Amino acid sequence: MTDRSKITTVNSSVPTDWKSDAMQARIGRRYRRERIFRSLGLAAVVISVLFLVFLLGNIVKNGAYGFMQTSVSLDVTFNADLLGDPSVLSAEEFTEKVRKTNMLRLIQASMRDLFPDVKGRRDTRALLRLVSTGARAQLRDMILANPSLVGNTERVELLTSDDIDQVIKGNIDITLAEANRKVKDKELSWLKTLQDDDRISLDFHSQFLTGGDSREPELAGVWGAIVGSALTLMVTLVTAFPIGLFAAVYLEEFAPKNRFTDIIEININNLAAVPSIVFGLLGLAVFLSVMGMPRSAPIVGGLTLALLTLPTVIIASRASIAAVPPSIRDAARGLGASPMQVVFHHVIPLAMPGIMTGTIIGMARALGESAPLLMIGMVAFIVDIPGSINDAATVLPVQIYLWADSPERAFVEKTSAAIMVLLFFLIAMNGVAIWLRQKFEQKW
Amino acid sequence: MINTPTETNLDTVQASPKMAARGVNVYYGDNHAIKDIDLNLYADEVTSLIGPSGCGKSTFLRCLNRMNDTIPICRVSGQILLEDDDIYTSGIDVVQLRARVGMVFQKPNPFPKSIYDNIAYGPRIHGLAAHRTDLDEIVTTSLEKAGLWQEVKDRLDTSGTALSGGQQQRLCIARAIAVNPEVILMDEPCSALDPIATAKIESLIDELSGRYAIIIVTHSMQQAARISRKTAFFHLGEMVEYGDTTEIFTSPKEDRTRDYITGRIG
Amino acid sequence: MAMISFALIRQRSVAVVGGATQQLHSLPRYHGYFAAVRVFIPCIFLFLLWLVGGEAVIENLIISGLPDALKSTNSEQISLVLNRIQLAVQHGEQSTSDANILAAAERYSSLYNKGLWSTFWLTVAIGLTGYYLSKNRTQANFRARNNFEKTMSITLAASSFLAIVVTLGIVASLIFESLRFFQQIPIQDFLFGLHWSPQTALRADQVASAGAFGAIPLFAGTFLISLLAMMVAGPIGLFAAIYLTQYANQRVRAVAKPVLEILAGVPTVVYGFFAALTVAPMLRDAGGAIGVDVASESALAAGLVMGVMIIPFVSSLSDDAITAVPSSLKDGSFALGATKAETISQVLLPAALPGVVGAFLLAISRAIGETMIVVMAAGMRPNLTANPLEAVTTVTVQIVALLTGDQEFDSPKTLSAFALGLALFVITLLLNIAALRMVRKYREAYD
Ligand SMILES: Nc1ncnc2c1ncn2[C@@H]1O[C@H](COP(=O)(O)OP(=O)(O)OP(=O)(O)O)[C@@H](O)[C@H]1O
Ligand SMILES: [Mg+2]
Repeated sequence: MTDRSKITTVNSSVPTDWKSDAMQARIGRRYRRERIFRSLGLAAVVISVLFLVFLLGNIVKNGAYGFMQTSVSLDVTFNADLLGDPSVLSAEEFTEKVRKTNMLRLIQASMRDLFPDVKGRRDTRALLRLVSTGARAQLRDMILANPSLVGNTERVELLTSDDIDQVIKGNIDITLAEANRKVKDKELSWLKTLQDDDRISLDFHSQFLTGGDSREPELAGVWGAIVGSALTLMVTLVTAFPIGLFAAVYLEEFAPKNRFTDIIEININNLAAVPSIVFGLLGLAVFLSVMGMPRSAPIVGGLTLALLTLPTVIIASRASIAAVPPSIRDAARGLGASPMQVVFHHVIPLAMPGIMTGTIIGMARALGESAPLLMIGMVAFIVDIPGSINDAATVLPVQIYLWADSPERAFVEKTSAAIMVLLFFLIAMNGVAIWLRQKFEQKW
Repeated sequence: MINTPTETNLDTVQASPKMAARGVNVYYGDNHAIKDIDLNLYADEVTSLIGPSGCGKSTFLRCLNRMNDTIPICRVSGQILLEDDDIYTSGIDVVQLRARVGMVFQKPNPFPKSIYDNIAYGPRIHGLAAHRTDLDEIVTTSLEKAGLWQEVKDRLDTSGTALSGGQQQRLCIARAIAVNPEVILMDEPCSALDPIATAKIESLIDELSGRYAIIIVTHSMQQAARISRKTAFFHLGEMVEYGDTTEIFTSPKEDRTRDYITGRIG
Repeated sequence: MAMISFALIRQRSVAVVGGATQQLHSLPRYHGYFAAVRVFIPCIFLFLLWLVGGEAVIENLIISGLPDALKSTNSEQISLVLNRIQLAVQHGEQSTSDANILAAAERYSSLYNKGLWSTFWLTVAIGLTGYYLSKNRTQANFRARNNFEKTMSITLAASSFLAIVVTLGIVASLIFESLRFFQQIPIQDFLFGLHWSPQTALRADQVASAGAFGAIPLFAGTFLISLLAMMVAGPIGLFAAIYLTQYANQRVRAVAKPVLEILAGVPTVVYGFFAALTVAPMLRDAGGAIGVDVASESALAAGLVMGVMIIPFVSSLSDDAITAVPSSLKDGSFALGATKAETISQVLLPAALPGVVGAFLLAISRAIGETMIVVMAAGMRPNLTANPLEAVTTVTVQIVALLTGDQEFDSPKTLSAFALGLALFVITLLLNIAALRMVRKYREAYD
């Protein structure tokens, strides 16, 4: 059928010939396009899902080993000549003596029993390096906690160095040419001997969850960062929640509708989209330079994050206050309640689940935030667990950033494991928020 | 109880109906919205569907061009024939079907595009015009047929949403005409309009009635009386009575029809 | 303390009327609240004053009390001395052997303690005054509720006013520091200069090395990475929104929506780690396999991962925009015999366009302001290139690089970070305002 005749159908009452080949082909083409369009949409969704699976899978795969650490059992003789005899010395003298003793000599002694043919300073040193530098502190604490060990020989589990640990975990490719890898053949042969002797074991490593940061991957832990995050979030919550709630109440219930409140509103919406690093600059300029607050402290981090989460809290609180039906306000007012009483006794309690949900989500965002904290110096290397909001501290995401920057291969799994810890807290917080929302969800 | 199609067929001149429903049932989930309807719809005449709110008029209308397909819980059984093809089974697909059976909605819904593009949308997607000039011609004739040409010919590139309600509704009619349909379904096309706009649409329907089979849902019995040759009365999902409009309104056979017309149901 | 006075005054108010509470104008509780507020607000104010100004006052006292040997007109030297004193305060005698410093440190601690205690007692005194004032006013006809409510409403208004204060604070601190920067480096050099190497400008007292502060390479790098991110997030986010609103059944939505929410909730530092550790090496290996040289910190890796990060952003905002289109338009298109794809691309999307554009603008602003991913994956080298396989640096990366580690607050190096921050703030603010205006207008069109 020609095009002309198709057109004339408009003017005449001849129906369009839908069965014509040209029209059938066209409809076929249109359906094909429809299928392509639909598959593109599906592909977009699938890509997103796959990426998430890939991301999380990767982190779990890398991070699972982060919670484990290799240790070696050695028969350590607690030599009384070296350590001093607790039955002779006073408690202080003994402690002093133990502190001054180089515990490496104990390890060296037990290694010598295992590898009698290792001679020479360099080899001996290399042999000692199989064991983590943290082993010294481990032995010292053991002895101080239990002085009766002195004079005995005990089988002690000591952490291995991170390189050996990586070999055990299969992260160092030992098939590579010797020159290209950190762990040399000699060390591998020692390791083999120890393994054959059943002295090497890979166990759950609780220090990762209970310890502070360290330069040595096998000694590093996230507890310091967790405490830092908790202190920081506490400051954030204590500041952002009341202010955000009050601001929302004012804007939703009391504010006159005028230019000024309009400006506040636009302002809040824009503030919500300001890059987080700008809040860091604000924190640096105001809290640190002008007010002279301590650097790296949770109080400053918390206040900075409070400013950052304030818009989230306000917007969520407003939404849930606005969702309380006017009938409830009218009813309360009808009973003679003042506007303030209406709001605080009737509206806010009803809106509370929504407000809390919004606040928790805001807190979860703050927990994952790192950029502004870099600005105010929470990137320092901090070994001690912070005790108050004025102590230098770091937070989980920043700890992740710091470890991610470390060159040691072993920090990759530590970083991934720390990410798992962070994600665990985030999931828990969001879970609570979802639970709250579902439990108290009300359809007015 | 129900006027069977054969009965009514005896009264009509035409031999074969343009569209026909045979034992049509529609369910929304468990809600049985349309019960066993048989109805013939003829080309070149206007059929009104009347009945109280919620009786299933819109539902039935939407079956005729399978607009119900967009509602996931909606299920249709029975046969609906367009000429001799069952539109729910045969090779006709919805794209063709809807081009052949156009629809005008209760609320005018022009696209937020220019008047020209509103009309040209259908012909473009169906490939009805090979050249720009052909498209221009379709737009012009459709607007002329919808009685809107004089009012908008100078501003074809302004937005369709900028027209008045009555103009918008005529634009929607023109848009439906532009794909050269054989049947036009109208679901209360005047209920959102003022009396003057309504009068315009009514005279437009009258003009179009010679060329298309028009099925119109209306709540106004006066309107049904003014514009339609045939009327079907629906009640609670059943078709109670079908016949010549004059007969339905002057001497209904069923009590329920009489009650409705005299205002006792609804 | 506030709580104690709440309890006391509450009781007193009951006592005043001999237990016949209905004679009180306001409920006993309100007398209590009123008193608590009266006590609490001055106290907290004083405490903040101490926090803000206390240390500065003490430092001034110390400096004026320093022996002449340590006195100096140079402010940097003074701060150095102060640092040493602080160290001595914290670590005692090990940190220094200078007797002067030790003495000063002692003075510092004693002053600090005095200050702390005097603040404390002053607070107590003020609190007690507040308590007695409210006690005297605790009478049957005292309108405690009205007074309390007045205080409350002022507090409420002040809270929302704080949002403005924060913005003003941001603007003020950025502008103030930037102005100081532009006094040293002309603004046109900053905005249009092609060379960025602040590292050479270390301290003022070093050999005149001004460094180069041409920000164009940073802007270009930011633009390149944001563009790459939008090339990922734009189509994927939009198509995901289309699929989820128009095609997907309940089951697919039940999986995909939470997935997108999780993608949005993953901290950016995690994306950064992933980009640097997994994606970048993958791209490098892939490039190596086909003989293309990909930098180990390529713009591509950062852009791709950032794109994934903003997919949920684009998709949820586009989702809103698309679902806001009245379904009557969709019905109208279907009734003309359009396929779903035709309806979506020719009716739905044009109708939703302002909302979608708004979503894209917000997403771009997100990409520009994003920090961690680029810090970890994009590299530090200023590089004026359009090649996504090379390493580039961005505005945010440089801000972090300039401000982490030791800083001298007066050096152009540090101040330039604030100028960059100002640029970042202005650009994202403009984008946000445009986007919000667009979205708002669009909503009005369909409400
Ligand atoms: N989308 C839907 N989903 C579920 N049930 C529906 C839907 N649309 C209509 N119904 C039900 O089908 C029945 C018929 O509705 P229909 O819209 O066809 O009535 P109507 O005769 O057009 O009424 P009105 O004159 O008010 O437009 C009603 O009971 C209604 O509740
Ligand atoms: Mg209806």
